[in-house]
Amino acid sequence: MLGRTLREVSVALKQGQITPTELCRKCLSVIQKTKFLNAYITVSYEVALKQAEESEKRYKKGQSLGELDGIPVAVKDNFSTAGIETTCASNMLKGYIPPFNATVVQKLLDQGAVLMGKTNLDEFAMGSGSTDGAFGPVKNPWSYSKQYREQRRLRSPGERRGADEDWLIAGGSSGGSAAAVAAATCFAALGSDTGGSTRNPAAHCGLVGFKPSYGLVSRYGLIPLVNSMDVPGILTRCVDDAATVLGVLAGHDPKDSTTVQDPVKPFVLPSLTDVSKLCVGIPKEYLVPELSSEVRSLWSKAAGLFESAGAKVIDVSLPHTSYSIVCYHVLCTSEVASNMARFDGLEYGHRCDINESTEAMYAATRREGFNDVVRGRILSGNFFLLKENYENYFIKAQKVRRLIANDFVNVFNSGVDVVLTPTTLSEAVPFLEFIKEDNRTRSAQDDIFTQAANMAGVPAVSVPAGLSPQGLPIGLQFIAPAFGDQKLLTVAKWFEKQIQFPVTQLQELTEDCPSGFENDNSASVFLKQC
Amino acid sequence: MAAPILRWVGPGKRWALAWVDSSSSHRRVSPNGSASHRMREQRSVAQQSLHTAPKPRKGGHKWAAVVGLEVHAQISSNSKLFSGSQVSFAAPPNSLVSFFDASLPGTLPVLNRRCVEAAVMTGLALNCHINKKSLFDRKHYFYADLPAGYQITQQRLPIAVRGSLTYGVFVGNKRSHMATKTVRIKQIQLEQDSGKSLHDDLRSQTLIDLNRAGVGLLEMVLEPDLSCGEEAATVVRELQLILQALGTSKANMAEGQLRVDANISVHQPGEPLGIRTEVKNLNSIRFLARAIDHEIQRQISELESGGVILNETRSFDHRLGCTVPMRDKEGKQDYRFMPEPNLPPLVLYDTASLPVGVEPQQVINIDQIRDTLPELPRVTRERLVREYGMLPEHSFTLLNEVGLLQFFQSVMKETRAEPKKVTSWVLNVLLGYLKQHNLAVNESPITPSALAGLLDLLDSKAISSSAAKEVFEELWKGKAKTAAQIVSEKQLELMQDQEALEHLCQATMEGHPQVVTDMKTGNPKAINKLIGLVRKATLNRADPAVIKNILERLSA
Repeated sequence: MLGRTLREVSVALKQGQITPTELCRKCLSVIQKTKFLNAYITVSYEVALKQAEESEKRYKKGQSLGELDGIPVAVKDNFSTAGIETTCASNMLKGYIPPFNATVVQKLLDQGAVLMGKTNLDEFAMGSGSTDGAFGPVKNPWSYSKQYREQRRLRSPGERRGADEDWLIAGGSSGGSAAAVAAATCFAALGSDTGGSTRNPAAHCGLVGFKPSYGLVSRYGLIPLVNSMDVPGILTRCVDDAATVLGVLAGHDPKDSTTVQDPVKPFVLPSLTDVSKLCVGIPKEYLVPELSSEVRSLWSKAAGLFESAGAKVIDVSLPHTSYSIVCYHVLCTSEVASNMARFDGLEYGHRCDINESTEAMYAATRREGFNDVVRGRILSGNFFLLKENYENYFIKAQKVRRLIANDFVNVFNSGVDVVLTPTTLSEAVPFLEFIKEDNRTRSAQDDIFTQAANMAGVPAVSVPAGLSPQGLPIGLQFIAPAFGDQKLLTVAKWFEKQIQFPVTQLQELTEDCPSGFENDNSASVFLKQC
Repeated sequence: MAAPILRWVGPGKRWALAWVDSSSSHRRVSPNGSASHRMREQRSVAQQSLHTAPKPRKGGHKWAAVVGLEVHAQISSNSKLFSGSQVSFAAPPNSLVSFFDASLPGTLPVLNRRCVEAAVMTGLALNCHINKKSLFDRKHYFYADLPAGYQITQQRLPIAVRGSLTYGVFVGNKRSHMATKTVRIKQIQLEQDSGKSLHDDLRSQTLIDLNRAGVGLLEMVLEPDLSCGEEAATVVRELQLILQALGTSKANMAEGQLRVDANISVHQPGEPLGIRTEVKNLNSIRFLARAIDHEIQRQISELESGGVILNETRSFDHRLGCTVPMRDKEGKQDYRFMPEPNLPPLVLYDTASLPVGVEPQQVINIDQIRDTLPELPRVTRERLVREYGMLPEHSFTLLNEVGLLQFFQSVMKETRAEPKKVTSWVLNVLLGYLKQHNLAVNESPITPSALAGLLDLLDSKAISSSAAKEVFEELWKGKAKTAAQIVSEKQLELMQDQEALEHLCQATMEGHPQVVTDMKTGNPKAINKLIGLVRKATLNRADPAVIKNILERLSA
């Protein structure tokens, strides 16, 4: 049951094969068993069970609120949740309990979704591995999958490593949300996507990771990284599920002036049978030397798949791609410097003990509250915003951003329906390897295929394309014109159908768990409750 | 008064009050000016004698002063510029604070339509070009009463630009002649107000009140077209009247709804402009004029004694009557301006550019606002001069005193007396009494109808003007009696009995033959003396003109 898609389990709920409380308890149990993944920062046991009970009452009365009623979901811990601690994985916000729900959270709850908890991330979503948060790194569930373990045994038969030594990163910054869905603790999760933070972990965890068009989904209550690029992201097991969730979330929000006013049509995806009228663009700039051979071969296989099904597959050019990273760096850090200014220890969040002066209090509070990555970005951002630097950095970066956005406009105006690219350079790497580089270098490398879509505000989705020879998932990305979200997902759905990607083998996951897990007392306490 | 700050504490799910413990022990004023001293409601200035422009020193060169103003006016609106919190003066501390105002992470600004309309109205009234597209920016600085760490303002592309304000100044020794001058308006921008900080040096604490945080402000930047404190004071007074007429701001300086900063420099005519200083903390029009004149004088003295002027921020100490450097404003602030990413460009329309089929409540039509502009003070004054034959300076006084014009118009509606008579009574008698008793117009013990009744009696020659003064004094005591009642109680009616009056005149003439002789030989003072004597005999109840007639007839 837990490995099913949201739509499947929704049907099961409707048909009474399982009740919302049974489903919720099962998920809570998996959360407990997979605690070592560190996917959740806060598990909202009581809230979830209460919501599930209410959902059950509705089902009994035949008054289900819709497809999401009774469905366990998880939310990245940078979305405000009323009455539930929201930390952004930062010491700065430890203990901060928002008095209001983010619009997207409210919309999920209004549809009867059951909130399992708040998922782990890089501090303030600054990172690409979910390794740089105040609550420790997220472990990729595929580290413990049957597929990956088998391949490892085959490839290095002599080595006998402990199961927990060579675990893989989940990708980020929405790694907790990705791990939560991949480990079957819930059926959908909210991530946020500023430069690829939803698509990257989706690719590493074998999920669909969808970044809607900027302005389609409200950001109210999402604690911002880069306001002009942030978009709430959706992580699910299949494209249809992503469309279902998008249908609930999309639409104008009077609290977010950047959401579009146009009424949103329901997102039902047609099953595409004929792709002969489709034109798929393959951007030549995305073929970089760092691209791993596994990803490259799956990418060209996918292109071939479209071509053999009758679609027109052409080479396209997004000529300003190579400037994207440095441009993003300037714009991102500048907005970060600004957005982080509010964390001064006065109104909420962490406050230091120093009280010689207001200035000394600010300095110590921010020194203690933010990690090196956040402080580094604040420092560079403030440098770029200085009067003497503004023209040379910020204004230029904005101009480059326009060029990057125009690259997409030009490609789509030339008749291309979707652009097909890799999502990441390679499959997920082991944590020990990942941390050899610093956060900035890693983010710059890992975001190169995903970032441009945020610059341009266009929708993009990462879809699992197959397993690497190591037995790890690899995702490919589709990008469509702004507000072409439905078309994008329709193409992604067709592709998904051709691929028939395997799910993580859950059995393996819970059996092959790290040693510390069996001694976990809270687990047994919890199991008794069930 | 304790002003606790909002603080979200722990899992208790309650807003609790906590102290912002300790702070820098020195005082600071945030860039949009938060200091506000309590003062009595401000009064007219234009007519009062203010400090005059600096005079050149003996034997020194001539100096020219250049003064520019930055005026912040709090917009009269029900809610704040970007949040739904109510706007109200003197509410309990931190009682009008939304999640956005407290800068809770994840909250977003939503622009208040009323504030935009107020900005457009003000821009139109000040002859500005209204930008159909304007932008919002973030201006960063750390300060305890600025919760987000930045203020949202319009630095790059403000809502209104290139306007002008016409004002009148008195010229000549007797201050009786009016001249018209104009100051250019550089721009008007919409921005957020900050909260208020109260520094408790004794306990080393700063208390924060966020009620004001996020209230809409109009920042009006005036070009440096002024040359002395009096001009600045007149301009600010005129601006105040305009804002009040428009209803876009209450513009009460004592309540901080109007805040003025002045940029001041001096130079020798023909030379480039001097280095300027900025004077803040000007919370009344009187202090504004004094501070500017003092600062001009200080700069001249400094330069004449071989010193230099620093580009610094100074504040006016009204007790010492001089400007002093603000310690905290030392060093250059870099505000690190950046576009506000959460607000799309503000787009306004006119009738020609209005998109087809759009809902009227979704757009702002500049032409529509232009059509509904109320009468502006300058036009009102012109109308008073035209309709009532009033002197221009009288029209200024009527508008400058809060409520006086309305009082005047109410009297006019109810009386048959001549406008000139009404003007004279309102401006000379009523206003004199009010000033003497330090009362505002709306505190006057005499109502417009009471005064109208009195003026009617005077107009119908039922009482003499000296009797009218007596009646006025009785009315002032406020015993709820009408003028007519007082007149009849005190028997102040003019003697209408012609025969009795003739008898009295005859008797007076007979009693003073020498004066009669003088009168007949053409001494002009003699008849006045006789008139006085007759009036005395009538207990001031006779019309001197009538007495004069009779005396002339009898002596003919």
